Amino acid sequence: MKSAVVLLPGLNRDRDMIAALTKISGQPPATVWQTDTEIPDVDLIAIPGGFSFGDYLRCGAIAARMPVMRAVAEQAAKGVMVIGVCNGFQILVEAGLLPGALMRNSSLKFVCRQVKLEIANANTMFTRRYQPGQVIRSPVAHHDGNYFADPETLARLEGEGQVVFRYADGTNPNGSINDIAGIINDKGNVLGLMPHPENLIEAAHGGNDGRALFESALGIAA
Amino acid sequence: MKARITVTLKNGVLDPQGKAIEHALSGLGFDGVGQVRQGKVFDIELTGTDKARAEADLKAMCDKLLANTVIENYAVEIA
Repeated sequence: MKSAVVLLPGLNRDRDMIAALTKISGQPPATVWQTDTEIPDVDLIAIPGGFSFGDYLRCGAIAARMPVMRAVAEQAAKGVMVIGVCNGFQILVEAGLLPGALMRNSSLKFVCRQVKLEIANANTMFTRRYQPGQVIRSPVAHHDGNYFADPETLARLEGEGQVVFRYADGTNPNGSINDIAGIINDKGNVLGLMPHPENLIEAAHGGNDGRALFESALGIAA
Repeated sequence: MKARITVTLKNGVLDPQGKAIEHALSGLGFDGVGQVRQGKVFDIELTGTDKARAEADLKAMCDKLLANTVIENYAVEIA
């Protein structure tokens, strides 16, 4: 399985994402720059975390309007898997590839800590190596992770199993509605989440709870 | 031509920054402050002279970039 990582000025988790994909898939991902209008033929496109364009205007707003995101949308429409982590999630909602919005944390503080995540839907391309309802650990580091959606959208997300990750055991770090930490689109190939699974994939990280997400997406046996 | 775009949060969308400002105003001794909602203002200079076209363009700018219409409303004023 081949992957690509989207690079934008101001991202700072791109190296972590590239390292995780390289270690888990055995081959380095292709990289695409913000002005690229084509993405190589891959199975998975990852948009890493950081602060693209300095979080100017709104987090992810400028990045979502860059040429590379039109290419990401085209690939997503063809069924290619897309994962956006943290700022990547913010970019996907700003680009309209996922519903809702990510707002300032209810505490108004940047949070950098470990949280617990419940696998709310283990029947996705990204979570099939987890057990339904399994609780895993994951680092978070963000200022704007407070997921919001209007009541109809929320009801649809909940009803269709599009809420994939939920903060568990009272660890919601940002006040997100229904403790939502990650959602998937209705076709099931575009995932966005605030936590950083790429930062918990090997013993040196203190655990590998995030590894199964990449193994699921990349079709690698556990 | 000069235009001013005001972007505000929709009703029902929680505004933690507005809440913090509201508390800070009370802390400064300003009595009688109700709800505070924070928004954004964009002052935009336009080179054209066609007001109707400018208004249409400004609305498109809001829909495409300046506002996130999931959570925000906007108002366009042309001076």
